Amino acid sequence: MKSLKAGNNILAAAHEQIAIIEHGESGDFALVPFQEKLEQSNIFPLKPTSINILQVNIGKMCNQVCKHCHVDAGPDRKEIMNRETMQQCIDVLKQNEQFTTIDITGGAPEMNPHFKWFVSELSKLGRHIIVRCNLTIILANKKYFDLPQFYKKHHVEVVSSLPFYTQDRTDRQRGNGVFENSIKALLMLNEAGYGIEGTGLVLNLVYNPAGAFLPTAQSVLEKEYKDALMKRHGIAFNNLFAITNLPISRFLDYLLNSGNYENYMEKLVNAYNPVAAENVMCRNTISVGWDGYLYDCDFNQMLELKVNCSNKHISNYNDSELINREIIIGQHCYGCTAGAGSSCGGAVA
Amino acid sequence: MSEHYYNAKDLSKFGNVADFQKDMADKFFSYYGEVFKDSELTAREKSLIALAVSHAVQCPYCIDAYSSDAFEKGWSEAQMMEAVHVACAIRGGASLVHGVQMMNKVKEIAM
Repeated sequence: MKSLKAGNNILAAAHEQIAIIEHGESGDFALVPFQEKLEQSNIFPLKPTSINILQVNIGKMCNQVCKHCHVDAGPDRKEIMNRETMQQCIDVLKQNEQFTTIDITGGAPEMNPHFKWFVSELSKLGRHIIVRCNLTIILANKKYFDLPQFYKKHHVEVVSSLPFYTQDRTDRQRGNGVFENSIKALLMLNEAGYGIEGTGLVLNLVYNPAGAFLPTAQSVLEKEYKDALMKRHGIAFNNLFAITNLPISRFLDYLLNSGNYENYMEKLVNAYNPVAAENVMCRNTISVGWDGYLYDCDFNQMLELKVNCSNKHISNYNDSELINREIIIGQHCYGCTAGAGSSCGGAVA
Repeated sequence: MSEHYYNAKDLSKFGNVADFQKDMADKFFSYYGEVFKDSELTAREKSLIALAVSHAVQCPYCIDAYSSDAFEKGWSEAQMMEAVHVACAIRGGASLVHGVQMMNKVKEIAM
């Protein structure tokens, strides 16, 4: 399977995605505008409450080609962050102590050749570091086998996708063999102390639906995951984050090809939750793209919707301008406000 | 009269039954919501029961609703099909067990 970009798919262009998300494939699919919902909730224009998480996407390169990937990541994607941009991120963190967390994502961030240097430098700052690890990367090549020990050394919180605790659903979404390798990687992380009570090493898993439906209650899923993974594989972890798939990139492609797009969007709109809207992650996060440009979130990044400020690059980061900006919204934002809400840390309501 | 009896979009209009009789509808939906909450049985277990019952009563709206709901709640395709077989077995058994009544009657009147 190729990325949309490598396959010259029309959806590889952000503006084509936005046109469909806003008006449907036919051009006349009308849902209640997200802005109207925010107005009813008295939170339009949507503004930040604080900025304390810097989420850095260090590249679209990945060893997997998941069917739902909003990044359109894959082995054929070559866009990765260079060391100069990483240094600019570090400089911003040094100058802005309000950032308590740095959240590193991709692609498979570990495939960036500067990844270990970046994490090592970040750990000197004493901030909380999260790495979004797809698990299989740990087994993808000998040079990655030491990742659990590397994470441990730098006290990194590991957040890993495991769409389900059964092989069929996981492999259907993430590719054949992914479940088996994910289980092996989880055992390696447990062996290093991750997810084990008393070690302080945090291993969180991410559930996202393998299809055109919304996640069920996070607390219920977490219990099922914990029971199933411990009973079947002897695996422990800390928390489960239930994340809704947003209609972007390859998940959008799946929705359109399977004829589920309109029903899925209606589901998202009908499940709008004003409490979740209050707590959306873009209100306390700044997302940095592989080339250093700034976005409200990783989803806006993939839609190439840069922050609504005059300074749009990490090299001229301006905190006072960013804290006062209006967050750019669109119909895709319904994905973060449906039901219990969705963020990179799971449910928000 | 409509040209057909079932329309998938009517499922989302279920709540509109209150337009003609609000008090009873309110009581029903309140009760319905209560039934499907986590209690002695989990909401997940209830969803699978509802799927089986949907097939027993052959309600296409319920089958749509609880196929999605059960799958969302993590039941596998095989588990969901087994639940349908339970409904099928009970329905089939319900017919067949009346065969005993037939036998009783025949024995009563036969020489």
